[in-house]
Amino acid sequence: MMEMKHVKAEVNGDPVEYLCDPRESLLDALRDRLSLTGAKEGCGTGDCGACSILLDGDLVCSCLVLAAEAEGKRIDTIEGMADGETLHPLQSQFLQHAALQCGICTPGILVAAKALLERIPDPSDSEIRYWLAGNLCRCTGYDKIVRAVKDAAVEMRRT
Amino acid sequence: MVEVVLWASLRRFADENAVVVVDANTVGGVLKGLVEQYPALKPHIDRGVSMSVDGRIIASGLNESVARDSEVVLMQRLKGG
Amino acid sequence: MALDGAEIRDFRVVGTRPVRPDGVDKVTGRARFGADAYAPGMLHGAILRSPHPHARIVSIDTSRAAADPTVKAIVTRADFAEGLEDEDWNILENVMAGDRVLYDGHAVAAVAATSALAARDALRLIEVRYEQLPFVTDVDEAMKPGAPVIREGAADETVPEGMHPNIVRFHENGHGDVEAGFAQADLTVERSFRTEATHQGYIEPHACLAQLGPDGKGELWCCTQGHFAAARVCAKLVAIDASQLRVTASEIGGGFGGKTTVFIEPVALALSRKANRPVKIVMGREEVFRATGPTSSASMDVRIGMRRDGKITAAQGEFRLQGGAFPSAPMEFAAMCAFAPYDLENVKSVGWDVMCNRPKQAAYRAPGSPMGAFAVESVIDELCNSLGLDPIEVRLMNAAKEGARAAFGPKYRRIGLIETLEAAKAHPHFTAPLEPGQGRGISCGFWFNHSGETSVSLALSYDGTVSLSVGTPDIGGSRASMCQMAAEELGIPYENVRTTVADTGSLGYNDISHGSRVTYASGLATIEAARDTIDKLCHRAAQQWGIDREAVYWQDGHAKPSGPNAGEFEPLSLAEIASNMGATGGPIAGHFEITPQGAGVSFATHIVDAEVDRETGAAKVTRYTVVQDAGKAIHPSYVEGQFQGGAAQGIGWALNEEYVYGEDGRLQNPGFLDYRVPVASDLPFIDTVIVEVPNPGHPYGVRGVGETSICPPLAAIANAVSNAADVRMTHLPMSPPRLLKAIQENAVG
Repeated sequence: MMEMKHVKAEVNGDPVEYLCDPRESLLDALRDRLSLTGAKEGCGTGDCGACSILLDGDLVCSCLVLAAEAEGKRIDTIEGMADGETLHPLQSQFLQHAALQCGICTPGILVAAKALLERIPDPSDSEIRYWLAGNLCRCTGYDKIVRAVKDAAVEMRRT
Repeated sequence: MVEVVLWASLRRFADENAVVVVDANTVGGVLKGLVEQYPALKPHIDRGVSMSVDGRIIASGLNESVARDSEVVLMQRLKGG
Repeated sequence: MALDGAEIRDFRVVGTRPVRPDGVDKVTGRARFGADAYAPGMLHGAILRSPHPHARIVSIDTSRAAADPTVKAIVTRADFAEGLEDEDWNILENVMAGDRVLYDGHAVAAVAATSALAARDALRLIEVRYEQLPFVTDVDEAMKPGAPVIREGAADETVPEGMHPNIVRFHENGHGDVEAGFAQADLTVERSFRTEATHQGYIEPHACLAQLGPDGKGELWCCTQGHFAAARVCAKLVAIDASQLRVTASEIGGGFGGKTTVFIEPVALALSRKANRPVKIVMGREEVFRATGPTSSASMDVRIGMRRDGKITAAQGEFRLQGGAFPSAPMEFAAMCAFAPYDLENVKSVGWDVMCNRPKQAAYRAPGSPMGAFAVESVIDELCNSLGLDPIEVRLMNAAKEGARAAFGPKYRRIGLIETLEAAKAHPHFTAPLEPGQGRGISCGFWFNHSGETSVSLALSYDGTVSLSVGTPDIGGSRASMCQMAAEELGIPYENVRTTVADTGSLGYNDISHGSRVTYASGLATIEAARDTIDKLCHRAAQQWGIDREAVYWQDGHAKPSGPNAGEFEPLSLAEIASNMGATGGPIAGHFEITPQGAGVSFATHIVDAEVDRETGAAKVTRYTVVQDAGKAIHPSYVEGQFQGGAAQGIGWALNEEYVYGEDGRLQNPGFLDYRVPVASDLPFIDTVIVEVPNPGHPYGVRGVGETSICPPLAAIANAVSNAADVRMTHLPMSPPRLLKAIQENAVG
């Protein structure tokens, strides 16, 4: 077994430390070492987006980042999206629109959609669809997801 | 007596009959009657079949009743995805 | 019991769109799916898979792996039950190869080690010697004389003698005299079609956490469509008693039929027994593609005769489906469903189940029906074009209605096909102008819907709220519908009910969440369990008032005396009766167990516009409308979601998705990069119209909705693309190379 790496990072505003195998993905470290199982592994190759997180503000597939690479970085996951018991507008719009069926892709899509709305507060349908093209959903046909993101954008612009 | 319609590929196990008449008043009784008359039908029925009684599809219900004038059609066992 | 006659009533909760009870968990990342479980002392399992499509296993040397200190258990086929028969044997053979590997990706051994990386490393220490054998992966090739034999003696007695041993089952249905019917036709079209195998493509790979002790007692946590069935099958495969294995269904990240069987669960149990520690196995995506799912690929011939006015005089189809290296292809459903929408005097439909060196096919949303509909509805479209007829008018002229004899035998009861066609005709989409380069396609589709064993329990809390336990894993929001039906029946607010998917130790046996059965069957049982509870509540009220049970009735959440003769009493609410239930006779709970027999069949009509780029062969769906009979939509948002999801999967199947096998017999595209499922930018909004023709076999009229939605898309899209490209597309998927070739050949002509 290779020597473990010691990593210090910040996750959802909290300082964290973990030991990881040099080959281990950030996704596995988040899930297995920090008990943050909100990010999911759907493919392990960056094709499905279920493991989407923000790394220093950039939207990434955490399955494609090594756990050791997170040293000194700021990580945001689905677990940090709600403000206490107040859901983020994207979260509440997804519920109102029934924009999830099985829900496995939902954390990744919410993280990706939040990153979109931070860059483009009033996205067109096409902008939403192309931004989310890296997040696979097999249940919904994306219809209600796109509508929920649009309505969340409206709600966020209002406040 | 109840007239039971077999699907086409079952008929060669029932002397090429499309319709078999059995004396029964339940789905289970119909299946028993079929096997008694045509033992070659047994493996098919043992693997599981469904039955339509007056258009009501009985996926698996041996005790469901069958009336004398019911339209009874044997069907491949239903399942889904 | 008499369940006939759906009640026509004003609903209070049913038909509304409340937030699902598991919603907050799912949008905050708290919901626990298959891979989200951990146990103290847990090991990680990994499975070694065959790189060959067909080979004899000469030897398996595990000694080097066993010497690795991180490895705590190794299993091969010798660690599983012996003497299994029929489908149990097939499942075991698929879970862990016996003396031969039968497809690329077939499991041959497994290890449990102290970490997931260590387990994967240890697989490299296992040495398997293979003797490669000839293989075949194409359905038509597998039927030819001289094709490599997958397994002798697998055919049942339906297969005529002298046919190739890879042909394992035969089915025929129909009625009338097709040749006489064809003689009456003004135009007869005969075409051959192919569809490639697709994967269900659920985003959550299979995952489980197993614990099995030397005492034969076990616990299993897994993502499955049916944990009761998983318990039954796993117990057989590892030779323990079913009731000693308690299975808990995790949240499930999609299934679509692909999680109706077991793959890794028996392996994790066997490893756990050997190590006497909990073992977790999580599949990688490549494993999911190579060793689970896919649906059948199909090769089909369809011939239909039509009069000049659009009346179909005869219809005939042959459906050849391969189901991988085991008898299982749903060819009978292709044959039974293909012509189901039409009232035909003369129809004949035959099916062949063929084995190939591919993974064992698993159910995929209305198994068999989409392929059959593709072939039949394509020919109908061609006939309409050739005769200059309107595709909806022709379908209306031939549509099955109550009393019509289905191609699969019985006469239909109340069905809603015509209503879907009329709604499609009235929809603005059908008459909207098309842009240049676009084409429009129409198709109908049919699925039986299923019932199955169902057991439900409903318990009151002292505060008057309700805990409902069902045994059907919630795959698309069904817990919301269950809460709605319980609340409706009991006359209490939706929020006062919580629905849980109970483990196998807590309820009677429940069939799998398949066949679009959950809202129908668990819904029916929920309503009846609520009625059982109401009876007990009325009893308590009667006792308190000192009157007969018969003099009490239930209305709007209250027990009430039934009239002046019963006496003057203040109505008692559910909460009031529950508040002192312990002192008035004991806890109050209702339950219901049944295999209901009234699942209503369902039909849909889809309208599709597609655009074709003649330079590249790329096709894009530009507009899509789903019209489907739901019987009664309990939660319309999730009904729409099923319609939209089925359409989206159909779009993938029609345009892009395909298992590609190489010359070496290996799967060439086991990943989402090369096996391309629709992404958000590929799709338009998918419009939906919910038609409600009540199912007489459900108290509220519910018909299953999950599967019918994938039956029309293949044909509707193929018709749209064919009309846009002006060339009949007979091979799915219509990927750019395939479509471009067809356009170019047609131009040369």
